[in-house]
Amino acid sequence: MTTYIIRRLVYTIPIVFGVLLLTFVLFTLVGGDISIEIAGKNATPETIEEIREEYGLNKPLFLSWDSQFINHFESALTFSFGRSRDRELVIDKIKRGVGPSLALTVPMFFGVLVISVSLSLFVAFVRGSVWDVLAVVICVAGMSIPYLSFILFGQYFFAYKWGLFPVFFSPGLTTAQYVALPVLIGIAAGIGGNLRFYRTVMLDEMRSDYVRTAFAKGLSPRRVLFKHVLKNAMIPIITRVVLAIPFLFLGSLLLERFFGIPGLGYLMVEAIGSRDYFVINAMTYISAILFVIFNLITDICYSFADPRVSLG
Amino acid sequence: MGESEETICVSKQPKGRSLWADGIRRLRRRKLAMISFVIIVAYFSLAGFIYVAELLDWEVSPTLWAKQTGDSYQPPSSENIFGTDIFGQSVFRKTLYGTKISMTVALCASFISIFIGVPLGAIAGFFRGFVDEIIVWVYSTLSSIPYILLILAFAIVLRDKTLFGYKLTGITAVYLAIGLTSWVGICRLIRGEVIKHKEREYVLAARSYGCSERRIIFRHLIPNVFHLVIIDFSLRFVAFIHAEVILSFLGLGEANRPSWGAMINDARIELSRGVWWQMAAATVAIFFISLTLNIFGDALRDSLDPKLRIQ
Repeated sequence: MTTYIIRRLVYTIPIVFGVLLLTFVLFTLVGGDISIEIAGKNATPETIEEIREEYGLNKPLFLSWDSQFINHFESALTFSFGRSRDRELVIDKIKRGVGPSLALTVPMFFGVLVISVSLSLFVAFVRGSVWDVLAVVICVAGMSIPYLSFILFGQYFFAYKWGLFPVFFSPGLTTAQYVALPVLIGIAAGIGGNLRFYRTVMLDEMRSDYVRTAFAKGLSPRRVLFKHVLKNAMIPIITRVVLAIPFLFLGSLLLERFFGIPGLGYLMVEAIGSRDYFVINAMTYISAILFVIFNLITDICYSFADPRVSLG
Repeated sequence: MGESEETICVSKQPKGRSLWADGIRRLRRRKLAMISFVIIVAYFSLAGFIYVAELLDWEVSPTLWAKQTGDSYQPPSSENIFGTDIFGQSVFRKTLYGTKISMTVALCASFISIFIGVPLGAIAGFFRGFVDEIIVWVYSTLSSIPYILLILAFAIVLRDKTLFGYKLTGITAVYLAIGLTSWVGICRLIRGEVIKHKEREYVLAARSYGCSERRIIFRHLIPNVFHLVIIDFSLRFVAFIHAEVILSFLGLGEANRPSWGAMINDARIELSRGVWWQMAAATVAIFFISLTLNIFGDALRDSLDPKLRIQ
């Protein structure tokens, strides 16, 4: 086990290196020198020079111990991403945004998971019936409606017109108050795709020989479903669940934008608006690191869920 | 007697059907899929028609989207069936014009990711070894960054940059960003299939009569796995359309011409005044193309490759 984990950790080094290389190419080589943009329209050459000095944009790109290339790696590996365009430390901004983002995405994620897994078990049980067809139709229709429409119409009807929820975030509200509607909208929008995925997983399991055996020896459908099918369907479920966790930290770009929730999604939207490469760079790197870590956790989880998987 | 029966049997033996002919035959039996196909073709024809009309300066409804057809914020009526926006432009015409933007982005993004993903996947699967490791490293790196963040990072950096003397404005940056980030899935799929196909007899046969490796990859292996590309992209196309909408909405898309994403962005402020028609028009337009592509893509997958699972 320990050797396996160590070996997997070694494998992550080239990935992390790749991510850093990619962000360097994107934001430094392609993105270019943005000091003139930061300084604004009426800046003097001295101000521009100062900004270039501060962000290290006047240093050589490669071929020096103090080059931008080396500094890019150094700042990422020590998690100090410097200051964003409004002079605040990027890492502080990110720390501040994690809380509201998680308050939004965690209930949303578990809501979608619980509802779609239990519905998929039910649908797999009544497969071929009207209910099954209805579920598939609703799923495909739900997947076809753009996410933005869910949000806008949801916000308009539930918050603005009927006044059931607050329209926007304001500091006086409790967390439960301001995340309630976004969470509901997120669940409504997410169920289509997820239910369809889990339905396929369950139906694949239902066709296996062991299910026929279980039915043949006279087990009740409920027992087959919960004791046999659900257990065997755990592998794809675990993969999806664990790999979705890093995305929870990112928050929801669109939901946070519409409801004004000050999370990481909102931070990203702001950064896009002001072309703040520093924030986007940091977010890209941090989310990639989280993804790599949770990928490792998925592989370890496999060995608990499926004894056939051995970690040699 | 016995002899004649045998000859009848032989003459009755059906002609062999290719994978494609068989797939199309099965697809034709599905009414819903065929209806969807007609609607998809209609969307594409509309987009193509707008291109031709713009090129030849025809004064038809979608190319005249900028013309004022009524007062500001008129609700749907017989004159403007989807009402008008803030400038009094017809929402219906804007929706039609948005088709062109969405279809162009999704199609170009698909072509870019196929042109990158398919050859890379085939080369990785065929040669294995060091080449394979490099290609796998590249796509593992890309896939460890959340998709939406990756597209955003590409879109924001590519926007207004000059590439080979050509300025990347509006939708060019959008489809480049989507295309350059979306080839990972297809590359992985093709690599896996090629690894399996490499051991088959037809590849051995091709080798034995002296085909070059390039010929084996591009003339034998890729055509034999290409149906997977078609299936994959019929479903991925929907994601591209939705990505374009989100990018346009975030202000990274086409700025000067109407697109569905920009219409939804306008609607953000309008909805609170009770102006719902622009929002509804864009939603309906996106809904139908997504729905038909989803239905058609599923049917296509079942017809061409019943064993393939949903990813």
